[in-house]
Amino acid sequence: MEECMNDELVQRIRSNPKYQELVKKRTGFGWKLGIFVLAMYYIYILVIAFNPTALATKLSDEGVMTIAFPIGAGIIIVSFITTIIYVVKANGEFEDLTNQVKEDVKDAL
Amino acid sequence: MIRLTLLFTLFAVSLFAAGDATFEATKRDLNIPAIIMFFIFVGATLGITYWAAKRTKSASDFYTAGGGISGFQNGMAIAGDYMSAASFLGISGLIYLQGYDGLVYAVGFLVGWPVILFLMAEKLRNLGKFTFIDIAAYRLGQKEIRTLAAFGSLSVVTLYLIAQMVGSGKLIQVLFGLEYEYAVILVGIMMIIYVTFGGMLATTWVQIIKAILLLSGVTFMAFMVLNHFGFSFEALAAKAVDTHTKGQALMEPGGLVSDPISAISLGIALMLGTAGLPHVLMRFFTVGNAKEARKSVVYATGFIGYFYLVIAVIGLGAIVFLNSPAGAEFFENGQLFGGNNMAAIHLSKLVGGDVFLGFISAVAFATILAVVSGLTLAGASSISHDIYACVINPKASEEQEIKVSKISVIVIGVIGVILGIAFEQQNIAFMVGLAFAIAASANFPILFLSIYWSKLTTRGAFIGGFIGLMTAVILVILGPTVWVSILHNEEAIFPYKYPALFSVTAAFIGIWFFSITDKSGRAEEEIKAFEAQSIRAETGIGAAGAVDH
Repeated sequence: MEECMNDELVQRIRSNPKYQELVKKRTGFGWKLGIFVLAMYYIYILVIAFNPTALATKLSDEGVMTIAFPIGAGIIIVSFITTIIYVVKANGEFEDLTNQVKEDVKDAL
Repeated sequence: MIRLTLLFTLFAVSLFAAGDATFEATKRDLNIPAIIMFFIFVGATLGITYWAAKRTKSASDFYTAGGGISGFQNGMAIAGDYMSAASFLGISGLIYLQGYDGLVYAVGFLVGWPVILFLMAEKLRNLGKFTFIDIAAYRLGQKEIRTLAAFGSLSVVTLYLIAQMVGSGKLIQVLFGLEYEYAVILVGIMMIIYVTFGGMLATTWVQIIKAILLLSGVTFMAFMVLNHFGFSFEALAAKAVDTHTKGQALMEPGGLVSDPISAISLGIALMLGTAGLPHVLMRFFTVGNAKEARKSVVYATGFIGYFYLVIAVIGLGAIVFLNSPAGAEFFENGQLFGGNNMAAIHLSKLVGGDVFLGFISAVAFATILAVVSGLTLAGASSISHDIYACVINPKASEEQEIKVSKISVIVIGVIGVILGIAFEQQNIAFMVGLAFAIAASANFPILFLSIYWSKLTTRGAFIGGFIGLMTAVILVILGPTVWVSILHNEEAIFPYKYPALFSVTAAFIGIWFFSITDKSGRAEEEIKAFEAQSIRAETGIGAAGAVDH
């Protein structure tokens, strides 16, 4: 079902500087954004776990609204924005690099 | 032949059920608009199934709609898989009952998405073919890994299926006055028809249509609720606090996740579980390339995020409207008619009258059918592709493989119906939580490490994955839900409802330990093969394209 990659092709792609650039940049970018979202979420969960009253703080003295609502909604919205940021970069810059790598090894496929 | 007999038996049972319904329904007011809309939807989706059946010939068509779905369509379909009855009815019901804790679930369900996108979506698309297990088995021992992962996959599918079946039963009970058992059987039959005849193409389109209807429906409900309060969320919340017995505590986290271990464990299950849901992961193979796969995640995250924000308004709206004098008709002996999961359905009648109740009921029913179809297809693929075609009979032809899929669909459908009836009294959002725990502990660690860790070996993945799966299953059985609520024991042996913290850790440690201590020649080969795998995962060179079958 798959085209098998021989050792020669593997070596050729691996030593291609554009491939190295692609992997380095994309992996770095993906992990940075990933860790950002993970950190945001687990801080939220840890606050709920160890200090839920912190989220019970009211936004105003007269109202009933607590800070928990905008924080929950904010995490949802920020998660969405980070996916857009990633895809704009991945479908532009990273996709171009990928295509260049493919172009460089085209004859060997 | 067995299949036909089975289908006829099911039809006979459903006809009997329909006859019974007219008798029952007279005392619960037959809802004509609802029934008309329900039949329009069923008619339309059967039309799609017929159209899809003509285009579904190869195994690739059956499992992945031939890879011809666009990023936007796939995003809609993923959102559809996500906005299940458990999300729609369960989370609105949770907010109705507990307030803010419902939103904690919603946030957890959503944040899994960005992480899948950044670290996995593309690699899944580049490495896989039909099921996510293709990736885990890419350079490891096919037999062991596929068998184990298929069991993980099937456990998740079954639990999730139960949640959907329970939702459907309750819903049709309220809507048509039909007995719970017959309602569940009806869903089982419809689902079997969609999937066996239309495969992934029909399943995807049913999902897309339903996603559009559901998003429109909840938007209208939230609009009507907020309209009542001059579009002030604060005013809505103030009235909800006033009305609910919990008072101000409604606006705070607490009730459901009362101790730190439970909160952290639930958080892990929701987030990592997303990355291990077989029916959702399978959707990455329906798009043509990695670029479309990425786009689909953006659309999906947008739709799901919007949906959860709107659900918060609906949950609070239900508290206010159902506890007003107009809402009295929905209570029977002080209990919400049909259970707390029906809060959103009852609210729809109060804000939009009978016609809108009909619309929302039909949509909710469509939701269940669509999600159940996706789940069943994922389960059947595990059986036919991962177990049958790759382990039991590697020489199987495509026709044989598709045949096994279709038989599996029927078997899973029947099991879903039986368990749906057995688990009638469980909160459905909670059942989904359990499915997530298993997805997070059994599927995710193997999948993640097979992509990122070069030293992973078959032995490590098999033993570690098995430890994760068993730990999750055993802790769920020994925990409060099964041990106390279902088996009626006095006290749970394992005190926490959510096992993920323990089972995910056990899986990762198990996989790590049994991989690094594996000094066999085979392990050496597998480590060496990582490089070629990683190049394909990064670039897509050699990946299964949309049409190369």
